[in-house]
Parts: sequence; C-alpha cells; structure tokens
Amino acid sequence: MTSVGSFIMNKATANRFTPYIFLLPAAVIMVLALLYPLGYMIYGSFRDWDPSQSLTESTFVGLKNYITLWNDPNFRESTLVTLKFAISVVTFEMIIGVGLALLLDRNLRGMSVLRTLFILPMMIAPVVVGLIWRYMYHPTLGVFNRGLKSVGLESVDWLGQHALLSVIIADIWQWTPFIFILALAALQSLPRSALEAARIDGATGWQQIIHIKLPLMMPVLIVTCLLRLIDAFKVLEVILVMTEGGPGLSTEIMALRISRTATEFRELGVAAAMSNYLLIMLLMLTVLMLVYNRYMEYRASRAMLAARGA
Amino acid sequence: MTTDTQQRQHPGFYAIVVMLIIMAVGPIALMLINSFKLDVDIISGTTGLLFMPTIQNYETALCDILPYELEHLDYCALKFGGAFINSLIIALVSTVLTLIIGCMAAYALVRFKFMGRDTASATTLMVRMVPPAVLLVPVFGLWNNEFCIDKASWLGSLIRDNFGGRGDVCLAGTHSGIILIYIAMNLPFVIWILQSFIVQVPRQLEEAARMDGAGPFQVFFKVVLPLIKPGLAAAAIFTFRIAWNEYLLASALSDRDTKTVPILIVNNMSEFNVEWGVIMATGMLLAIPPIIFTLFASRQIITGMTAGAVKG
Repeated sequence: MTSVGSFIMNKATANRFTPYIFLLPAAVIMVLALLYPLGYMIYGSFRDWDPSQSLTESTFVGLKNYITLWNDPNFRESTLVTLKFAISVVTFEMIIGVGLALLLDRNLRGMSVLRTLFILPMMIAPVVVGLIWRYMYHPTLGVFNRGLKSVGLESVDWLGQHALLSVIIADIWQWTPFIFILALAALQSLPRSALEAARIDGATGWQQIIHIKLPLMMPVLIVTCLLRLIDAFKVLEVILVMTEGGPGLSTEIMALRISRTATEFRELGVAAAMSNYLLIMLLMLTVLMLVYNRYMEYRASRAMLAARGA
Repeated sequence: MTTDTQQRQHPGFYAIVVMLIIMAVGPIALMLINSFKLDVDIISGTTGLLFMPTIQNYETALCDILPYELEHLDYCALKFGGAFINSLIIALVSTVLTLIIGCMAAYALVRFKFMGRDTASATTLMVRMVPPAVLLVPVFGLWNNEFCIDKASWLGSLIRDNFGGRGDVCLAGTHSGIILIYIAMNLPFVIWILQSFIVQVPRQLEEAARMDGAGPFQVFFKVVLPLIKPGLAAAAIFTFRIAWNEYLLASALSDRDTKTVPILIVNNMSEFNVEWGVIMATGMLLAIPPIIFTLFASRQIITGMTAGAVKG
C-alpha cells in the first residue's frame, strides 16, 4: 500500500521537477565554468591583479584599468586592427561566398564532392591553418614567392610588409566555404514558384538575382553575416602562429593582446578590463542579431495572420 | 537522381568547380607532401613529386611512444605521442559529456513549459558569443586559486599522498580542468543545434510511449534520442573539433604532463629554427581526425551548420 503511494508520489514529483532535473547538469556547468568566471572577470577588472596573488589579495583600483586602456595608444591600435580584420574578412567572404553560391546553384556533377572538400579548411585546427599559411608565405621556401620567382617577379615580404593582408587572405581561405554553403542552402530552399514566375515574365539572370534571389535570401544572409562577424572577433590561433601579432602591432588583434597582457605582461586586471571591452562589442552584435530575429519572427507571424484573414 | 534533370552545363562551370577544389585542398595537400619530405628536400625546393618519400618526420614526432629505437635521433625531444594521447582523452571525454548534458538540456528547453525557460534559452544564446580569449583571465585565476581542494583536508591529503606534488590540489594542470571548460564552452552551441532537431520529433510518439507507461527518462532515452541521431552526430563532430583543436585555454591550464597537440605545435613554431618537415608531420597528425570526420560525415556537418544558422 505504502509502496504504491510513494510510487504515485514519485511520479507526480518527477513530473513537476523533470524539466529542472534535465536542465540541472547543464545549468551547474554553465554557472560554474562560464557565468561565474565572467563575473569573476568583471570583478577582477576593477583590481590591480597579478598572477601570483589571488583575487582577494589584490587591491581595488576602481576604473583605473579601463581608463589606462582607453588612453593607451597600443590598445587603440589593437582595437583598430581587430575592426579592420573583422570587417574586411566578413566583407570579402560574404561577396565571394554568396557570389560563388549564385554562380554554382545548378545541377552540376561533383557539387557534393566540392562541398565535402570545401569544409575541410574550417574543420582542421586553426593552429594547423596558421602553420600551412606561414609555410606558404615563407620568404624563400613558400610557394607564393617561389611562384613569383619562377615567372621572374620580385618576391614579396608577405608576413612582414603585408602582414595584415596576408592574415586576412588566410582567413578568407578558411571561412569563405562557410558562407558559400549556407548561401547555397538558402538558395536551394527558395520557393521555385517565384523564380518560375520571374522567368516567364522574361527577367534576365541578373534581374532574377537582384530582385528575387537576394531579397529572399536576405534573412539567412544577415544571420550568417552576424555569426561570421562574431566569430571573426574570436580568431586568435591562426594569427598567433603566422605572425605572433607582429611585425610591431600590425596584426595584434584584441584576443591576442588579451592573452599577451595576461601571460607576458602579467597584468591580469588590465587583461580583464580589455576582455570586457571586447565582450561589450560582441554583446552589441549579439543583441543586434537577437533583435533582428525577433523582428523577422514578428513579421512572419503577421504575414501569416494576414494570409489567414484573407 | 535521374540524369535527365541534370541538363548539360557549360564546361566553364566544371572548370570553376575544379579550380575551387584545388584552392581548398591545395594547401592541405602541400602540407601532406611536405610531411613526407626531409628538411633538405623542403629547403632545396625540389618541386612537385620528385622526391623520396620518408616517414622519418612522423617517427621523430612520435618518438616517445614508438616501440623501437630511432637511428637518426639520439634524444627524443618532442614528446608528441604523449600530447596526442592527452588530446584524445580530453577531446573524447568532453565530447561525450557535452552531448549527454547538452541534449538533456535541449530536450527540457523544447518540450517542457516551466519557469525561467525563456531566461535559460536567452542565456544559452548569449554565452555562445563569448570568445575563449575572454575566458582566459578568469579561468586561469579560478582554476589555479579557487577551484582547489585544501591540501590539509582529508581528500586533498589523500590525493597529495598518492599522486605527489605540493600545494593545494587544483583543477589547473589536470585533464578534468581542461575538460570542464571545454564542456562549458561547447554546451551553448550543442543545445542550440539540438533544439532545432528535437522540435522536429513528433509529439505523438512521445505521448504514445508515455501511455505505455514509460517515465520521462525512458521516453527521452528510448524514443527521442534514437530519432535525433543525425543531430547528435553533427553536434558530436562540432564539439570534438573544438576540443581537439583548441589552443589558448589548454595552454593556460595544462602543465608539463597534460599538454595537448596544438600547444606543442605552437611552441615549436615559435622557435628560431623551424624544422618544417617535423612540424608538418605533427600538423598532419593533428589534422587527420577532423579530415576523416569530414570525409565520412560531410552531410551531417552541413546539416548541422545550416540548422545552426538558418534557424537562428
């Protein structure tokens, strides 16, 4: 009798608490290893903190770290480099990726092979990507300079004079396929009827692309673009291996500067404040993406209601 | 699949496809070829395939776990084999745990209505954007100073007596420390991707199972999990990829015995005299597992990628 009672009890409580039990492990780990560290970092950014002391032993300095950074020309340079890198990388990748998708959206043999081989660059380790490109850019051994030399041209100091450009090219190689594949997926899920109608009305290829394909792909493209932009701020290993941020500060993106401030200069408080600046930038991008998503959902639901009403 | 839908296309398009394939794979092929060359051959610039392939670079790289002595090497400086094993342990354990924890959470977020559900999903989405570099400072501090067991406590002294070492027992320098941060880093993405797969599982199936007397956990493990296998495969590959490839946090958290492969490669690259052949061989060894996954499961990877972005 009691066992039956407790069984029913268990089942009832199980039902009410089930979602929490399912969520519990994930919540514990994310609080412990993501949210708590983030809070710890914000707290630490107001302190004069070096790696040999624990945070409670360090002294409170208020906004000093933030102000120091704000006035630090090196930090500004590094912010500028980060923005230059992220914006140019995303622009080129979007143009090339979407362009290729529009060009190759047809029944071609070997497309599946192309897609498979195309995702290889983004699957292998960034460290390895940096390694390959550092070899290819090598002043005497690299394929680029050997190629130039064999046709009788001057060799180029890729990772010296044109470091930022070289790093951008490597990132374009690695990540254009991402845009290409998403854009292709978006293209192939477009309503065939709209394209058919345009063709019957005699729209040329360009007109179809500009007036029908691109507008219809836009929601996916914007999300893709924002995702890629967020990821571009995370790039670190490729640049670390290729140039170590140099020469000078020419390729020292913020992520790299944070890690150097923490490990070489041993100023954890400043590094934490820098992380916060980076985080604020990314937060704005993410909020932008969320707002855009909400707006699209709202528009879709209104369109559906209108269709139903009619 | 029928051939008549596949109209004949201009040969120019095939030329473009072939060129793109060469551009995508070329650099990787270059690394593969160079990993079989001796440094002499790399530097002298014997172009193309005219060289004697040798596995000497791989032997040098793996010298600490090879069962036989190497003639060309009197001292095994590169402890690559150990790092390879560390990488394997860390990547596999964190992938399995992330998947289990992540799909339970995704299921709860999709299927149950409960207090704080919207907050939970919004938080998941927000922490997705946190870069590893931002986590570097706090994780370094916490793992070294706060997430520790006092050496005077019974558990701490037990560990110290059995494994040696000094000071408090801390997460930093252990496999578990690196695994913990990898799970946390990957969870938001895994939850995000799996949600879009779980939404597609028909509710009736779950209800039918519940009618037959299955509890919520049985429904989850016996009905839902088998149906979202493609999603699990995609999530597994992405998680493994990050855990296997990550450098920054691993380098901050590992000690001499828990170094992973990317750390070794970066350390060797920053030396003055880069031994290109050996470095390429280590790079190739690090790249092989992701390459194998890509070749065998490209469909799942592409589904995962598009599900992640298109569902936003």
